[in-house]
Parts: sequence; C-alpha cells; structure tokens
Amino acid sequence: MNIFRIIEDIEKVDSEVYNRLDSRRNAFKNLGTFGKKATLAAIPLALGSIFQKAYGQSNGMILEVLNFALKLEYLERNFYTQALAADGLIADGAARTAIQTIQMHEAAHVDLLIATIQSLNATPISEPTFNFGKNFPDWNTNYQTFLTLAQAFEDTGVRAYKGQAANLISNDAVLTAALQIHSVEARHAAHIRRMRSNPAWIISAGESSNVPAGAQPVYAGEDNLSQGSVNDITTLGGGYSAEIATAAFDEPLTKEQVVEIVSLFE
Amino acid sequence: MKELHDSPAGKDGSLKNSLVVPMQRRMFFRYAGATAAATTLLFATSCDEDDDVMPPTDPMAVDLGSGDTGILNYAYALEQLEAAFYNEVVAKSLSMFNQSEQQIMQDLKGHEAIHRDFLQAALGSSAIPDLEVDFSSVNFNDKNSILTTARTFEDLGVAAYNGAGKFLENAGFLTLAGKIVSVEARHAAVIRDLISNGTFSDSADDNGLDPAMMPADVLAAASAFITTKISANNLPK
Repeated sequence: MNIFRIIEDIEKVDSEVYNRLDSRRNAFKNLGTFGKKATLAAIPLALGSIFQKAYGQSNGMILEVLNFALKLEYLERNFYTQALAADGLIADGAARTAIQTIQMHEAAHVDLLIATIQSLNATPISEPTFNFGKNFPDWNTNYQTFLTLAQAFEDTGVRAYKGQAANLISNDAVLTAALQIHSVEARHAAHIRRMRSNPAWIISAGESSNVPAGAQPVYAGEDNLSQGSVNDITTLGGGYSAEIATAAFDEPLTKEQVVEIVSLFE
Repeated sequence: MKELHDSPAGKDGSLKNSLVVPMQRRMFFRYAGATAAATTLLFATSCDEDDDVMPPTDPMAVDLGSGDTGILNYAYALEQLEAAFYNEVVAKSLSMFNQSEQQIMQDLKGHEAIHRDFLQAALGSSAIPDLEVDFSSVNFNDKNSILTTARTFEDLGVAAYNGAGKFLENAGFLTLAGKIVSVEARHAAVIRDLISNGTFSDSADDNGLDPAMMPADVLAAASAFITTKISANNLPK
C-alpha cells in the first residue's frame, strides 16, 4: 500500500486534497511511526479514519438521503397500517393480502433505515404526523381513493429513491440497499396500478395513471424521451412509439419535488 | 472509460462534462470512503501476485470489458437476452394469451428492445456484438413454460442491476441504470402475478429487500440461454 500514490491519485481529481488534509498533518506525521509499531492490518483503519474526516461531508449527504427515505417509508407504513385498520375499507381476499404484503415491506424498510442511520452514529428522524385526509377526506372510507393514493405513494417512492441514487455513490453498501428497496417499491407500484386496471408501467406524464389533477406532480417529467446522449429514444433501432419509449424508463424526482408531494399529506 | 468517451455517447460536450465530473468525484470518494475502502485497497495490493497468475481469457469469448463500459456491456447482454425472448414469445405464442396479457407481452417486447438499443447506442464502438441465444429449453406452446422463463429473466435482471449499481463510477450511468431497473421490477411483478396473483414482491427478503446478485452469478444463471461465450473477467470486482 502506497499512501503517497493514493494521495497523488486523489490530487488528480481534487487539487485541494492537501489543503483538506493540512489540518491533519500531524496525523500524517504520526502515521510513519504508527506504521512501524502497528500491524500491517491496522493501517487501513488509520487511513480510513483520516480520509473519513477530510471528506466527512459525504457521510452527511448519505445521512440526509437516509433520513429523507425514512420519512417516505414512515409515510407509507403509516398509510397502510391505518388503511388496514379502517373498518370495511379493504375487502378480505386478494386485495387485503396484497396490502398486508406491502405494509410489511414498508415496515421492514423503516426498521432497516433506522438501523442503518444508527450504524452511522447518527439519529434517525422521529415519525412525523401525517394527515392523509387533508386533501383527500374520503381516503379511508372510499376504496378507490385509497388505491389512488397508494399508487401515488408507490410511484413517488420509486422516483424518489431513483433521484437519490447518485448521492449514495460513495457508499457501496448503502447504495446497494437503497437499490434493493427501490425495486421492491417498483413491484408494489406495478401491483397497485393493476389493482386499478392501469398498466403496470408509467406511460407518458400520467395519462395512463388515472390520477386527479392535484396528483399530476407525481408523474411530472415521465414523458421524457431524452436518455443519456440520445436526444430522442423513439428514433433508436427500427423506431419506437412514445408509449413504449416513456414506459421503458422510469424517471427520477428531485428531493424538492418529493417534498412538495409529501406536503399534501402533512 | 476512454473508449466510452470517444463513442457517440460522449459526443455531447456538456453531457460529457456533467457525466465525467461525478465519476471523478467517485474515484476519490472510494479512496476517501470508510475503513472498508482502505481495507480493500490493501487487499487489492496484496492480491497483485494472484492477478498475474489468473488464467488467460478464452480467446473465443466475448469480453464485456472493464470499468463502466464493462458494466454497461453486462446490462446490454442481459437486455439482448430479454429482447430476443419476448420477440420469440410475440412471434410464436401470442394466441395463447388473453387480450390484456397480449398487450403485456407486446409492451415487454418493446421495453426490452428499446433498453437493448439504448445501451448499444450508449456504448457506441465499445458495445459487444450481438449474442447468440438458445431458447431450446423453453416450450413456446406452453404458457407456463413461457411465464416461468419470463419470471427467471425479469427477476434475474432486477438482481443484476441491483448488484451492479455499486460498480458504476459515473453518476449519470447509475441514474440511467436506475431508470431501467425499476421498469424491470414492474415487469417482474406483473409476470409473477400472472403466474400466481399476489406474488409480485415475494422476491423480497425479511428486510423488504430484493436480491442483488454479482455478475458472475447472474451470467452463470443466464448461460443456459446464451450460446455465445461471455467473459466477465475484466469487470470491476
């Protein structure tokens, strides 16, 4: 292990690396003697700790994403828990079983996120108070309203996790867990959409999603046809319809967009 | 990455810059990351000798390549497989499905084909060639055989993207992979429900997490359906 090579490599992409490390100069001086005294295996621990401090901000970003995700999972868990308890809202049989499955996953996600945040020596946010009836007063008496909100929450969840993936790129373990939640939310969304006789995938900006005008922000930007460096993916290969092209790619939402959607229920 | 930047995918200057910067940031975050990253560095160093004695790649095999190019080629290989499968289903088996199921099969064919074509365009000259597929184990006259094969491919695709995300250095590519994987998960959920309604997310474990598989395991599972030999030896590990 060549510590100077590593720092040289970092310098190529971060010219300020020496400034960042400057305040830790003593740590570097000490590293030499540390290396002689300690076992070889202990050196990475010392290095990890130095870089962790120099670039500590990345952990801050990861915690911010985790708490943001936790808020969404709290919302979903609370929503399904209340709905399952609402008298006569969800009929026994396939519908109830499906909602129980989804509720169980959202509860597991809450637990997992709390444990992950704690493992990073931070404090998870406590559960906010949600008000699902604020804009949808019949949400727990009208099954169709309930399903509409469920669809909106699941599709929002998929888009929210997707929007944060890049912010987790520095932590492989957290990124992978977030992706593993993300695809489960997509499975939920597909099932709920089909419970409402919608296609399982999002065609264009909400036209196929059968939601009221107030819920359109959930599908904003889903009509995007530009992916990566391809300006219009309908022109690829032998050509594709806009329906196929937009449904084949789920789009991310920014944190701000998600916060706006969630505020409808706070 | 060099090849990829020279490819059509990298021609747009602004896009190139926006994609390259986060990639570079990631490079040092990997160094800067937690103890685990540093441990990996040490491990990698101590493993140099092992690398030298690794068996040479089969000269007949299609090499996926290294870095982000390798991961995108890996995704491209899986999308080729899925697209070829639904192409067969729509050509041979559509009459076995009811009207709404026929629409689903047509949609799946379209989605997987556009994923394939998009990845090929993104890879440009770095794209692997067309793979030769083998669906001789599938009975295209049997709805159950088609659906269980589709479930295998869709669940495998989800697990593959979930597992490969951490290998991508470029944040733009990570988001693109995210845009595709959730659609694969929607496919998987629908196919599962067609087999047995309510099993849409039974793939998840007790933590509510879908599987994340490593490329070697995914390719081993897919190899029964791909005649072309594929080498993943140079993929990030």
